[in-house]
Amino acid sequence: MSTTEIDRQWTTKFRRRLTTALPSEKLLPDTQPSYVASWIYVFGVATLSSMMVVIGTGCILAIMGPLWWHESSVGHFVNSLHLWSVEVFFFAMVVHLWGKFFMAAWRGKRQLVWMTGVVTFLASVATAFTGYVSQTNFDSQWISTQAKDGINATGGGAFFNVLNTGQMFMWHIVLMPIAAVVLTGLHILLVRYRGVVPPFEDTSAGKVRA
Amino acid sequence: MAAIYSLFDALLPLTSPGHYIQWHWIQISVANLIVIILMIATFIAALVVPFPGRRRRRGGDE
Ligand code: HEM
Repeated sequence: MSTTEIDRQWTTKFRRRLTTALPSEKLLPDTQPSYVASWIYVFGVATLSSMMVVIGTGCILAIMGPLWWHESSVGHFVNSLHLWSVEVFFFAMVVHLWGKFFMAAWRGKRQLVWMTGVVTFLASVATAFTGYVSQTNFDSQWISTQAKDGINATGGGAFFNVLNTGQMFMWHIVLMPIAAVVLTGLHILLVRYRGVVPPFEDTSAGKVRA
Repeated sequence: MAAIYSLFDALLPLTSPGHYIQWHWIQISVANLIVIILMIATFIAALVVPFPGRRRRRGGDE
């Protein structure tokens, strides 16, 4: 194959685009700007770490099944780990998004970083909701019977029937996790691609900074 | 085991109905209010608590 032919291959073009957009030093950098040394920057990674615990415990629950998490004490424990890691996940995500809001971290062509965050947040809420109605207990019965009228009022009930346990379970353990993980992956790749947003300029003219 | 459960239930009653705070049409459960207060406290702490290993230099930009 001649070099021009190789240059025309879509695989070659695709690889070149990827490696120029995100060379490995940018993908996993050795250092960060000094302003990143603040606790507020820890909350993105805290969100990511708690998400990993959510997915890990969710996999154990999926392998063992509802009877196990209702009836055995180890099952109860893993079920609790799943619930409480979700609480930590949302807690960290909210502190993270407040931080990014007050930094206006969408500045400098970072709109997509912010917007993938917004969509991930919404997808996480939907994941949590389908989880609450998948508990298979009185709580999930109560939530789904309360929610059905609201969702039917939007017309969505025909496609998304909260009283259909099997459907909700599939949304919760297949579709929504895939969406949340893919969106989170995009979010983090975009953060690396754009780099950390610089702080606001100090506009207090003539002020001597200590 | 039963003793542990009743002790736990006395400290943190999870099997009784939740408590709510209401002001006109605004209603929020105490549990949710506590979580919101903790998030605000964590946010403020994240801004003011010094980050370990951060070099502080006087008289110049860091
Ligand atoms: C699954 C949920 C999320 C995960 C795992 C996640 C993860 C991260 C990580 C690891 C970073 C880099 C470190 C940092 O600055 O904290 C980051 C940055 C960022 N996140 Fe998130 N995030 C999530 C949700 C959100 C949400 C809900 C928003 C806002 C609506 C958001 C907006 C941003 C922005 C704008 C940046 C870039 C900050 C910069 O350029 O300095 N993220 N995210």
